[in-house]
Amino acid sequence: MIFAKRLFLLLLLIFVFTSCGTNEEPVSKKNKEKLENETVAFGDALVEGSIGDASNLIPILATDSASHSVAGLIYNGLLKYDKNLNLVGDLAEKWEVSEDKKVITFYLKKGVKWQDGKPFTSEDVKYTYEIIVDDKTPTAYDADFRLIEKVETPDNYTVKVYYKMAYAPALASWTVSILPAHLLKGKPITKSPLQRKPIGTGPYKFLEWKSQDHITLVANEDYFEGKPHIERYIYRVIPDTSSMFLELLNQNIDMMGLFPLQYTKQTENTRFKKYYKKYKYLANSYTYIGYNLKNSLFADKRVRQALTYATPKDDIIKGVLFGLGVKATGPYKPGTIWYNPNVKKYDYNLEKAKELLKEVGWSDVDGDGILEKSGKKFKITILTNQGNSSRSRIAEIVQQSWEKIGIKVEIRILEWATFISEYIDKRNFQVVILGWSIPQEPDLYDVWHSSNCRDKKLNFICYQNKEVDNLIEKARVEFDVEKRKSYYHKIQEILAEDQPYTFLYVPDALIALHKRFRNVSPAPAGLMYNFIDWYVPKAEQRYHFTK
Amino acid sequence: MLNYIIKRLLGMIPMLIGITMISFIVINLAPGDPVQFLSQMNPKVSETARAKFIKMYELDKPIHIRYFNWLKKVAKLDFGESFALDRKPVLEKIKERLPLTIYLNVTAMVLIFIIALPLGVLSAYYKDTLFDRGVTIFVFIGFAIPTFWLALLCMYYFGVVLGWLPISGLKSYNFDSLTMFGKIIDVIKHTIMPVGISVFGGLAGLSRFARNSMLEVLNEEYVEAARSRGLPENKILFKHALRNALLPIITILGLSIPGLIGGSVIFESIFGLPGMGQLFYQSVMMRDYPTIMGILVIGAVLTLIGNLVADVVYALVDPRIRYGKKG
Repeated sequence: MIFAKRLFLLLLLIFVFTSCGTNEEPVSKKNKEKLENETVAFGDALVEGSIGDASNLIPILATDSASHSVAGLIYNGLLKYDKNLNLVGDLAEKWEVSEDKKVITFYLKKGVKWQDGKPFTSEDVKYTYEIIVDDKTPTAYDADFRLIEKVETPDNYTVKVYYKMAYAPALASWTVSILPAHLLKGKPITKSPLQRKPIGTGPYKFLEWKSQDHITLVANEDYFEGKPHIERYIYRVIPDTSSMFLELLNQNIDMMGLFPLQYTKQTENTRFKKYYKKYKYLANSYTYIGYNLKNSLFADKRVRQALTYATPKDDIIKGVLFGLGVKATGPYKPGTIWYNPNVKKYDYNLEKAKELLKEVGWSDVDGDGILEKSGKKFKITILTNQGNSSRSRIAEIVQQSWEKIGIKVEIRILEWATFISEYIDKRNFQVVILGWSIPQEPDLYDVWHSSNCRDKKLNFICYQNKEVDNLIEKARVEFDVEKRKSYYHKIQEILAEDQPYTFLYVPDALIALHKRFRNVSPAPAGLMYNFIDWYVPKAEQRYHFTK
Repeated sequence: MLNYIIKRLLGMIPMLIGITMISFIVINLAPGDPVQFLSQMNPKVSETARAKFIKMYELDKPIHIRYFNWLKKVAKLDFGESFALDRKPVLEKIKERLPLTIYLNVTAMVLIFIIALPLGVLSAYYKDTLFDRGVTIFVFIGFAIPTFWLALLCMYYFGVVLGWLPISGLKSYNFDSLTMFGKIIDVIKHTIMPVGISVFGGLAGLSRFARNSMLEVLNEEYVEAARSRGLPENKILFKHALRNALLPIITILGLSIPGLIGGSVIFESIFGLPGMGQLFYQSVMMRDYPTIMGILVIGAVLTLIGNLVADVVYALVDPRIRYGKKG
């Protein structure tokens, strides 16, 4: 009897669970005029869901994105990226680059205060540089700063940075969070309480951090760009993405990143649409198939071109991303100035692929469907990492397609640490499916320069091209944006011809955000770039705080 | 008895050293190292950083030196600092997570005992009836249903559809402004689902064990004798039979002690509860050797103590067993 009841309840649950999310209702049209006339209000909180906790709120000591996204609201750099990803002043009012490009002079904003009330000065900038290059500081981000010869502070609001050589990415490196010298100087940074209770110059002040649960920040009333309208920012850690989605449906979190399936299917219901709005813009990353160029199979570029011709990028975007992304043709994001739209394209064409392979000498002599050359069969193992279902699905799609041109494909999926240390670092692979993030600074040195084809460097496919090296080096010392752009455009043309990677796609960043937030306008820089201007009309505020 | 306990305690030392040595070696043999997670595949990370981290974590030293250094520290109850970026002392990290895991596991275990024992006893008494079969199916459903699936189902139904229970986390946003009573209710509300599901999943083992144990006892001669003397059934069942049937359960209790701190990765991840399971999983994935070792040592100590406690209690309650005396 008890069992029958339980079974009934279970079936009921399943019914309710599966029947949800199918009803569709047109998006409710609120009175537009009313919205436009709303007064900008202070108050309320934004609760953002994330799968991982921050590790350290002194940003130079952290390498995880969670720490950086929280710390980004607490600290400022000398420079920052605006909505269109141009470098603009943040703590710096303006800056000058000397004629020989080796000296950058920053003129700092006056009247900026640390969150403990002390004034921000050039000493803080100098200290930040010194602590980054200090050998005792466990930071991973010292490379750019080791190229500095010295930093001078002629007065409280001027910083002169002398470089050993002209170095264009230097400017972007000054987006690094500036740390408070008066709180850190003379003390070991790894023991500093600021790791857990940071004090910055930024729009939000630290309030509370419960490990693996949440971090709460509160609006900084004295922020030099004005007090943010949203009173609190709560960063909630929910390690399971399904639970996070349920919390979203329950309005317990206001913002989270969605998966393509959630974006296209699970959010197309009345309940979701009533409270949330979905945003979509190109993410700062791309996914690719990389070929080990030290392997004789891929020595001839025609083989790589053939494999790219045989890779159904459209199907991959449709099948893996539900259409939420665009084809990638190189290492830059479409729509940015660095992206060259006029490179050689490889539309899906199996015939062309077969022709190219034939030219190189691969043909099916024994009629078993697999190509041969000098008695060797064309067999490939594709490696990718565990825990990324998109990559394993790509591998399956590619396997099917490549087998159509006579290549036998095996797929191996490995745990991340094993994958990197045993296969990537040891160059023990043929083909990998991986992704790179696309940083705002366009320098390609780490991934594409020949000198980085050694040890545990990032050019692990060993792409070596003198012309590309030369262009990368030139672009690194060129501060003129137009000239730099021309170098990077040329590199993309060469990469498109050489196909060391089959560039697959740039996915869309998919964000769900509660409708009560106003002044939200996605731009190339994403959604949060103008967070201090977001507000919630008084009548719609959900959270109220007593001081 | 005292001699026996002292002997057992002394015997634990070499065993512990053996356990830690094997664990240390195995963990260090796993591919990848903590530095990899700080520096690998990140174009922004400098060339010098890797070497610096390796030196800082003493990964440049041979494994036996590292093990002895570690052992020396542990002898002073210093488990070192975590390799994770927060660089917290391992003990502090464990202390932060332990109370929640113990609270969840003790609550779940007590409830499992309270529910499973009577279920098992009654199943044995009503052997092969509809009730017995019903209970069997019910507890095995709990055992067989994947935890994460059931958890999501419950979260959706009780959290989203009915809105009765919070979906994840341990406290509400307004926790600090609640009264003491409100705070207690808030935490209880947050833990009803995880504990409930854990109990549902854990009923099968103990109730089946209790059932079998009871069945054995019910077939004993003294039960028959009691019956023939005309004692009432409930007295036979709960006074005479149950006491003896419970004896083996003491062993289970002892063995459950290490489980109290182990936590459950799946549970804690799905319900967003910052407990030991999550900490252990994250430490393993990040190759955070000191934290992994810290948790392993505490687990090993508790397992050994749990065994000892079970043996001692067993001897105390069962006059047939006496340690340290021959014959």
